[in-house]
Amino acid sequence: MALDSKIPKGPLADKWTNYKNSNNLVNPANKRLIDVIVVGTGLAGGSAAATLAELGYNVKAFCFQDSPRRAHSIAAQGGINAAKNYQGDGDSTYRLFYDTVKGGDYRSREANVYRLAEVSANIIDQCVAQGVPFAREYGGLLDNRSFGGVLVSRTFYAAGQTGQQLLLGAYSALNRQIGRGKVKMYNRHEMLDVVIVDGKARGIIARNLVTGEIERHSAHAVVLGTGGYGNVFFLSTNAMGSNVTAAWKAHKRGAYFANPCYTQIHPTCIPVSGDHQSKLTLMSESLRNDGRIWVPKHKKDVDAIRAGKLKPTQLEEADRDYYLERRYPAFGNLVPRDVASRAAKERCDAGFGVNATGEAVYLDFAAAFMRYGKEQAHVRGLDESDDALVRKLGQEVVKNKYGNLFQMYEKIVDQNPYETPMMIYPAVHYTMGGIWVDYNLQTTVPGLYAIGEANFSDHGANRLGASALMQGLADGYFVLPYTIGDYLADDIRTGPIPTNSPAFDEAEKSVRDNIAHLIDNKGTHSVDYFHKRLGKIMWNKCGMARNAEDLNSAISEIAELRKEFWKDVRVPGTNEEFNEELAKALRVADFLELGELFAKDALLREESAGGHFREEHQTPEGEAKRRKEFQYVSAWEFKGEPKDAVLHKEDLVYENIEVKERSYK
Amino acid sequence: MNLTLKIWRQKNANDKGKLVNYPISDVSPDMSFLEMLDVLNEGLINKGDEPVEFDHDCREGICGMCSLYINGEAHGPDRGVTTCQLHMRMFKDGDTIVIEPFRATAFPVIKDLVVDRSAFDRIQHAGGFISVNTSGNTIDANAIPVNKHDADDAFSAATCIGCGACVASCKNSSAMLFVGAKVSQFALLPQGKIEATDRVLNMVKQMDEEGFGNCTNTGACEVECPKGISLENIARMNREYLKASLKG
Amino acid sequence: MSGILNSSIGRKVAMALSALFLMVFLLQHFAINMLSVFNPDTFNEVSHFMGTFWVIQYLMQPVLIFGVIFHFVMGFVLEIKNNSARKISYAKNNGNANSSWMSRNMIWSGLAILAFMILHFIDFWFPEMNIKYIQGDMSGLLADGEGFRYYEELVHKFENPIRVAAYCLAFVFLALHLLHGFMSAFQSVGANNKYTKSLKGFAKVYAIGIPLGFIFIALFHHLNH
Repeated sequence: MALDSKIPKGPLADKWTNYKNSNNLVNPANKRLIDVIVVGTGLAGGSAAATLAELGYNVKAFCFQDSPRRAHSIAAQGGINAAKNYQGDGDSTYRLFYDTVKGGDYRSREANVYRLAEVSANIIDQCVAQGVPFAREYGGLLDNRSFGGVLVSRTFYAAGQTGQQLLLGAYSALNRQIGRGKVKMYNRHEMLDVVIVDGKARGIIARNLVTGEIERHSAHAVVLGTGGYGNVFFLSTNAMGSNVTAAWKAHKRGAYFANPCYTQIHPTCIPVSGDHQSKLTLMSESLRNDGRIWVPKHKKDVDAIRAGKLKPTQLEEADRDYYLERRYPAFGNLVPRDVASRAAKERCDAGFGVNATGEAVYLDFAAAFMRYGKEQAHVRGLDESDDALVRKLGQEVVKNKYGNLFQMYEKIVDQNPYETPMMIYPAVHYTMGGIWVDYNLQTTVPGLYAIGEANFSDHGANRLGASALMQGLADGYFVLPYTIGDYLADDIRTGPIPTNSPAFDEAEKSVRDNIAHLIDNKGTHSVDYFHKRLGKIMWNKCGMARNAEDLNSAISEIAELRKEFWKDVRVPGTNEEFNEELAKALRVADFLELGELFAKDALLREESAGGHFREEHQTPEGEAKRRKEFQYVSAWEFKGEPKDAVLHKEDLVYENIEVKERSYK
Repeated sequence: MNLTLKIWRQKNANDKGKLVNYPISDVSPDMSFLEMLDVLNEGLINKGDEPVEFDHDCREGICGMCSLYINGEAHGPDRGVTTCQLHMRMFKDGDTIVIEPFRATAFPVIKDLVVDRSAFDRIQHAGGFISVNTSGNTIDANAIPVNKHDADDAFSAATCIGCGACVASCKNSSAMLFVGAKVSQFALLPQGKIEATDRVLNMVKQMDEEGFGNCTNTGACEVECPKGISLENIARMNREYLKASLKG
Repeated sequence: MSGILNSSIGRKVAMALSALFLMVFLLQHFAINMLSVFNPDTFNEVSHFMGTFWVIQYLMQPVLIFGVIFHFVMGFVLEIKNNSARKISYAKNNGNANSSWMSRNMIWSGLAILAFMILHFIDFWFPEMNIKYIQGDMSGLLADGEGFRYYEELVHKFENPIRVAAYCLAFVFLALHLLHGFMSAFQSVGANNKYTKSLKGFAKVYAIGIPLGFIFIALFHHLNH
């Protein structure tokens, strides 16, 4: 099947307007006759479910958590971008579009990104009307901050928990519809398969995580807002339950999977402390506004620090290597995430890592304390030459800005970041890849849609900070509700979809067989044992820097591990009860397939772009080298085994933006 | 560290349940409490026993999924953290740790340490929203200026993660800190004032129907709240409720 | 308005309003009793006025009795309801970590006060009712007609050391009850604002001062005779 991205004709700025003017609509009376299933209740799924219900469709929404409010969108800290230009610093729809495409290393689809930038301003209006408590200035108007990789202040925020506040906004809209009976909410349910009837997505098979019951749910269309697959690395900043199962099952039923290798490794996370580690914690990118990143210049100092004989604060300025400022004087500590992460890895690989495992660099606020402190001392008319006083004043300012993050760091690491620099290291954070969708956000399966992080479309090979929230809400509130109508307009006479068809029988049977196999297997190792091993392979061979040899061995190792998993995994208990191990086993089974496709995709992409860095393709200074011949989206079609997946290419055409060398020097 | 865990085991909602002792060794002080339970579970699975079920998800203190009543306190002895951010360095070698589910009639146990907190969701369905369509065709965000202090107070109320520690800690299993925070967030904002009367009446009615106890102002909820939600929010809800009731 | 007492918040507001009323009464009671220490004659006059003025006797007294009964009954109702909100209690509960003993044991301090009030009624109120409304002696005079009887009766009651001890103990419970109850009443009616901090100081003074004063009065009369 040839890929058709269905991008509307016409000038870039008019495409979305023209589309909305000409697509098919479903009249209000007919919407009542149409059912839509939304899987996932994060920013994308939650906002989509609420909006579709409000339009009049009958919505069934599913989440595996005990409440829709707990979806992992909640953990986003820094903010949400919108081209409001409230600061009057030259922002515009085009500039947000430009920054996003450039930040994504010219691997995203122009028309989608432009539409995203276009609706971004609406998001802020919508959220404020819903009562989202964004940060404000004393005049009562909204405040903005700045994020990595851009030159304007367009990020709206609610302290260090913008994600939670936006999700609560979407959740409140969802609650309103649940209260009205327009959304039927299924908490603690996990989608385990999508059902295709006559070539169209017509329902799902879900497992009730409390009772173990396998349920059939039908609808005229299915929407996946199921997030990313960062947990394929075992250790990531994703929630423990975040998984690829819904997306992967969709892939196995015919949805192409695009650019699986595009992973964002976030530069500022708390380093791993030991083997017991279950997840990694992010420190907001906003910290890089004020923190300076460094490692010692000399190996002997590194050794002394690791041995505990030297404190970082004792090291002279001249003996420190502020490597980001050294390598990228223009953007300094605020280079995009992929660049900052790779630079940290480069220093640590060279032996300059500052903790016991050699995988940590310093994020130092000492200079910020002094800078802010001097300012405060000046404002209050105090002695600017008294260093102790100035530091104390500066610490108060920093505490106001990032207090909760500093506290979180201290709780986890047991070191006071006001007195000694933080230690950070990159960690898997976000996956730009995902299910391939066209301009309508429809996958290659008619009636099956993917929104938010679950799709691939807007961030190319690297996502800019504060753009994930923007995309999730744009898709859910403002894009999908229009585009899905175009498809559903043909379904007004279809009537309810029966769940007793052979397609449902077959899907349910395959789910039951899988579960029975896992329960009856009675192997010797727990699910986590396999998941951790998969994570190690992924991190070591498909992580921040990749090469052909490693990727080839990753492919065979993962395939081997998968075989071993099915033979030797032990899942205690039964299906007919609350059984977290079983739920985990079903998720890890899919990660074990996705991981292989991931490596295969990374192997094919013989270039470096954004979060995907191939060691064979770098400049003499070690920067990523993009290649023109790879200016396409890799969309993989499932053919039985990940290794047999068939590649389809969607060429990326840039008509409104000049493809340039991405330089932050 | 070597520890003795006394953990509540209950097969399902109808089972009676009991505390079971589990010794655990080689616990690192850098582990989070949940990672310690992961280690316990790994051992149980390897031995052929059933692992202890507990709720958890983000493990960074924001999703509100984790719970646990640890040594007589919701989210354990540390302050301002959820169980996932409680670290084992808060305990000493040789300690006995009692781990129970959050207990309230409105939070029935599902299995072991997992409880059903959907009562919170139902309270929200009853009125935890501003009735605005999600069309995006609202007025410009800056057309509604909000006094910064009100905005900050609304934000503080909105930081509630809905974990249920307030209910678990309250001797009366009252949900008023939770509901007070939700009512306050909207009551403090101009956008939310329009529906204030119906909202507070409906949410309190649903809260009562769910079987939560009444508030006797012991203040336990505020102390144990991982997000430090203030009792002022309960007072504000009381005011809002009185105002609304008198309006009729 | 009728439904308001069926709601949790309505009930706690009702508890608070009855409490605030009782605290005002307590202050008044305390002030009059204090007169017995400083000036028995004034004490007698005021007591006679309170005991015979119709507004007090036929309006305020029933209101007060209703307030007392309401506060107790509602207290019990809420306690039972609150207990049923957690049917299985914790095996280990560390209440001291997050709340005061007083706040968690209002029912016990309340019960102690109830027990005291029964004793108090037997001591003073029933005999008073008997003399005034059954025997019909509204004069307030001693049997020999030499001056008012109130002060003599008061002093007489505090001769018995066991009674004095019981009174003192009850006042300790009253203090514990008030230490939580005073601020709690304000919080319940929604008064939590910038004045709360100063009010907290006053609450302590009131909660400890008034019961201590009553103890002083009891001991004063016991020791002086």
